[in-house]
Amino acid sequence: MKPAPFHYADPGTLEEVLAVLGQEGAKVLAGGQSLLPLLSMRLAAPATLVDINKVPGLDAVEATGDGVTVGALVRHNALLHDAAAARVQPLLARATANVAHPAIRNRGTTVGSIAHADPSGEMTSVLALTDGHVTVAMPSGRQTVGWRDFFVGPLETSISGPAVVTSAFFPALPPRSGTAFAEIARRKGDYAVCGAGVVVTLDAGGRVASVRAAYVSVGLTPEVHDLTDAVIGQPAESADWAAAGALARTLVDPDTDIHASADYRRLLVGVLTERTLVSAAAEAVGRTAA
Amino acid sequence: MTNVDIERTVTVTVNGVPREATVPVRRLLSDALRHDLGLTGTHVGCEHGVCGACTVLVDGDPVRSCLMLAVQVDGRSVTTVEGLARDDNRGGQVLHPVQEAFRECHALQCGFCTPGFLITIAAGLEKRDNTVELTEEEVDDMVGGNLCRCTGYANIKKAVHHAAATMRDAG
Repeated sequence: MKPAPFHYADPGTLEEVLAVLGQEGAKVLAGGQSLLPLLSMRLAAPATLVDINKVPGLDAVEATGDGVTVGALVRHNALLHDAAAARVQPLLARATANVAHPAIRNRGTTVGSIAHADPSGEMTSVLALTDGHVTVAMPSGRQTVGWRDFFVGPLETSISGPAVVTSAFFPALPPRSGTAFAEIARRKGDYAVCGAGVVVTLDAGGRVASVRAAYVSVGLTPEVHDLTDAVIGQPAESADWAAAGALARTLVDPDTDIHASADYRRLLVGVLTERTLVSAAAEAVGRTAA
Repeated sequence: MTNVDIERTVTVTVNGVPREATVPVRRLLSDALRHDLGLTGTHVGCEHGVCGACTVLVDGDPVRSCLMLAVQVDGRSVTTVEGLARDDNRGGQVLHPVQEAFRECHALQCGFCTPGFLITIAAGLEKRDNTVELTEEEVDDMVGGNLCRCTGYANIKKAVHHAAATMRDAG
């Protein structure tokens, strides 16, 4: 199908964008890789689309020792290939590699994916797992919103009224830590039936100090689960990662849909948790030794 | 004052030729190419970004033309499947190595998905360092976003390797 008729504006400044967004039924268009399907399927019919692609200064990836700031117009593919960002927070490249296909990643934006707040999106989970936040521009000024306050429900955030998420901030991977990200999908690049991202942090003696995990397509909003209790104090090389996977299965509350039952998703949570933890722990060991 | 429009005139370079069209702002790029510019080589399958049949290059990068608005390519450059072949300077055309490989390897049957595959693979192969051996994983990644329901992927993947070899030998 075709999108229902709408009005279109592509202003060159954020102020003008916010002014047009003040109109009834106006919606932001960035990469459009989620929005345009919604329009074509007539699941959404905004009165006005406000295209932010001509607003300067929103397309930068800035990596510092503290973390990585990703501007609203940074495409998934740009983040995927940003070596400085990958050094500061390796989860970014690992997760974006799982976002759809190259042709989608060329247009789709990481921040747009977060603002879309789809529980089957990868980057919402990564924002949660890294304890990140977004910056939102509103007519009254800019505001920083932590991930816990941002995600309200599937496709729903706490932001209302004329507002644009201008960037997302992903804190750096802490010292003596490793990460991994993996998904199970029906076909490569499809929405994940289940995905898992993990961060393992070791103490100075190479023993497990902290284990955290976040999942994709599990639950209505991103959640971070602390799995530390299953493996605390165990040597990273021989920790009982299966026990951490078993713990994860008891913590999640997945839904059934046409692709998978809740039980199958819970099983995948266990499998992917164990699998990713093995590789994250190996990375943590390597980074501790270095 | 910001322009809020229901219709716009778009100027875009398509396959090296400057074109102009006046379109409703809701016009998808895929429909603008086919209906307004008469370039029906770009096929429209699912119209929500899944099948890949409508893939074109925008400023050299593969994108789904059904997931872009025609107004968004104003001032930019678009390559469709019609732009893959080159003039042979004798009044004819030479197929792109990927097109040639599809013919050679029988990588198409009904042909509906073919334009999207050709564009995606051509861009994928042109962007990579062709002195490095092409891996199966790379090929899977390259064609994974395009759906074919006739031949299966074996011959399509064969064609990717065939085209890669041709392009490497041609330097």
